[in-house]
Amino acid sequence: MSIFSTIEQYQGFDFDRFFAGVTDAAIERALTKEKPGPMDFLTLLSPRAASHLEAMAHKAHQLTVQYFGRTIQMFIPLYISNHCTNHCAYCGFNHNNPILRRKLDLAEIEAEARAIARTGMQHVLFLTGEAHHLTPMDYLVDAARLLKRYFASVAIEVYPLAVEEYRQLQEVGVDGMTLFQETYNQEVYKRVHPAGKKRDYHWRLGAPERAAQGGMRVVNIGPLLGLAEPRSEIFFTGLHALYLENSFMETEVAVSLPRFNEAEGDFQPDYLVDDKTFVQFMTALRIFLPRAGLTISTRESAAFRDRILPLGATRYSAGSSTGVGGYSDLKVEQTPQFEITDDRSVEEVAAAIVAHGYQPVYKDWDRIE
Amino acid sequence: MMDDALHLGNVRFTNRLFTGTGKFAANAQIPKMLAASGSQMITVALRRIDTSARQENILAFIPKEVTLLPNTSGARTAEQAVRIARIAREAGCGDFIKIEVITDMKYLMPDNWETLKATEILAKEGFFVLPYVLPDLPLAKRLENAGAAAVMPLGAPIGTNRGLETKPLLELLIENCTVPIVVDAGIGRPSQAAAAMEMGADAVLVNTAIATAADPEAMGRAFDLAVKAGRAAYLAEMAEESALARASSPLTGFLDA
Repeated sequence: MSIFSTIEQYQGFDFDRFFAGVTDAAIERALTKEKPGPMDFLTLLSPRAASHLEAMAHKAHQLTVQYFGRTIQMFIPLYISNHCTNHCAYCGFNHNNPILRRKLDLAEIEAEARAIARTGMQHVLFLTGEAHHLTPMDYLVDAARLLKRYFASVAIEVYPLAVEEYRQLQEVGVDGMTLFQETYNQEVYKRVHPAGKKRDYHWRLGAPERAAQGGMRVVNIGPLLGLAEPRSEIFFTGLHALYLENSFMETEVAVSLPRFNEAEGDFQPDYLVDDKTFVQFMTALRIFLPRAGLTISTRESAAFRDRILPLGATRYSAGSSTGVGGYSDLKVEQTPQFEITDDRSVEEVAAAIVAHGYQPVYKDWDRIE
Repeated sequence: MMDDALHLGNVRFTNRLFTGTGKFAANAQIPKMLAASGSQMITVALRRIDTSARQENILAFIPKEVTLLPNTSGARTAEQAVRIARIAREAGCGDFIKIEVITDMKYLMPDNWETLKATEILAKEGFFVLPYVLPDLPLAKRLENAGAAAVMPLGAPIGTNRGLETKPLLELLIENCTVPIVVDAGIGRPSQAAAAMEMGADAVLVNTAIATAADPEAMGRAFDLAVKAGRAAYLAEMAEESALARASSPLTGFLDA
């Protein structure tokens, strides 16, 4: 049993027809149920539910305050390599992009860690592209061990690994794993991933549960909104999160909602998610999964991030650089994986969170050796 | 008047409302809430304590006269809970420890089995152990025998504000345990805290309902009043509820005449 069997159950499901049949009464029912099920969730994702957005926002706000309080967990991404063998049509690190490729050595990672630690950040997420020969497990293990000396929490966003490899990283101090499926639609997946190991939809889809089996405390999933029809993408993301919550009770599940933004190259997404729809997705997810973390990155603008604080968000990245060597003075060409819209410093983001009546939390984890 | 203080570990508490540090919009609200509620014991997750100079340290917001109850939040096993407790003691957080071992991140149910194992070890090391558990009488007796300073059963799943859903089970603990019973988790309203105290709970621990109120300071005060009212009612030996109506002038009184 894996998440794939759940996804398969919806092969051929007519989303448009379902949405066309959604009534206001069904939306109100979904909003008042104590435990909304998958069909209630899908009802809240319908175009018609947009006219109930205020009620959805109130419910999402109330649930988030109840389960998470008025707090936002802060973290920062650290890119240690942009080498990549994949050809993801939408990504700045695409193998075919003529950018300067760089892999930080341990001394350089340490320089970056020092620079980040000075900002007060205690939760770090380190990232690589997918290049097994250049950034093999040994390299990831060494990087994790080193970063653990500087940060309370170390998480990874690297290529999909096997259970034993996740366990190996967990043993040297990694407590979180982030990996986006990008799209749950298999046809679109094939089209936007024309070459490279990432072509294997199933290997990627199974990675979050392998990470949970390998002992990761937090597993963060997400679609890349814009590749395939977004309402169904959010629906499958929610089902994936629910599957992980139900199957791995020891694991905290979190969801990210990255949407398109200009990366290197000229990729034109088929779908655009506007702010109003984004908020509908966020609040529907919160109502369906009251305890799941909701991560909002610096892809979103400063003004928008400030406004959506009370609507269900629980984790914010801040002070981010999405290029390799971006924090210390490494003078590396700064070709980012994606464009950052909220370019405020850690301090500025924290001040904005405080100004909106929330507490930025820098440290919420300790690995007990 | 009799001394109604609660003795826990080596401390005498004259206030039976215990509070927590989580979920506040700002740490600066904590000392105000403590002053308004009169709470003399507050729990703090060791994993939230940040002693680095860069960010504010949550401990700086807790006045010296308030007893610290570090908790082992984040622990998934007895072994981890034991290590967290030892670190808390070394960090100067005192000898009290709330054992919180949670292996289910969906409902956040305490793992009674791991909690018992941790209690056995830590009580021997001289900690004042307050284990957070599901209300289970045989387990509570085992915790007592293991040397727990109190037992902290939940009223409802943590953070749910649903009140005393476990009431019949809590009653068994209150009636049959010799150590104090502190109802922890699930209390969402002052009236529910009062109900727990009327039942004979020795104290209640309230965090979410105070921290997430629009005015945590005022809500702290409200809970203090409710806990005091409930305790006073318990001490006054309330009349039992009865399913049968009883006229205040007995109908059969003439027979005794």
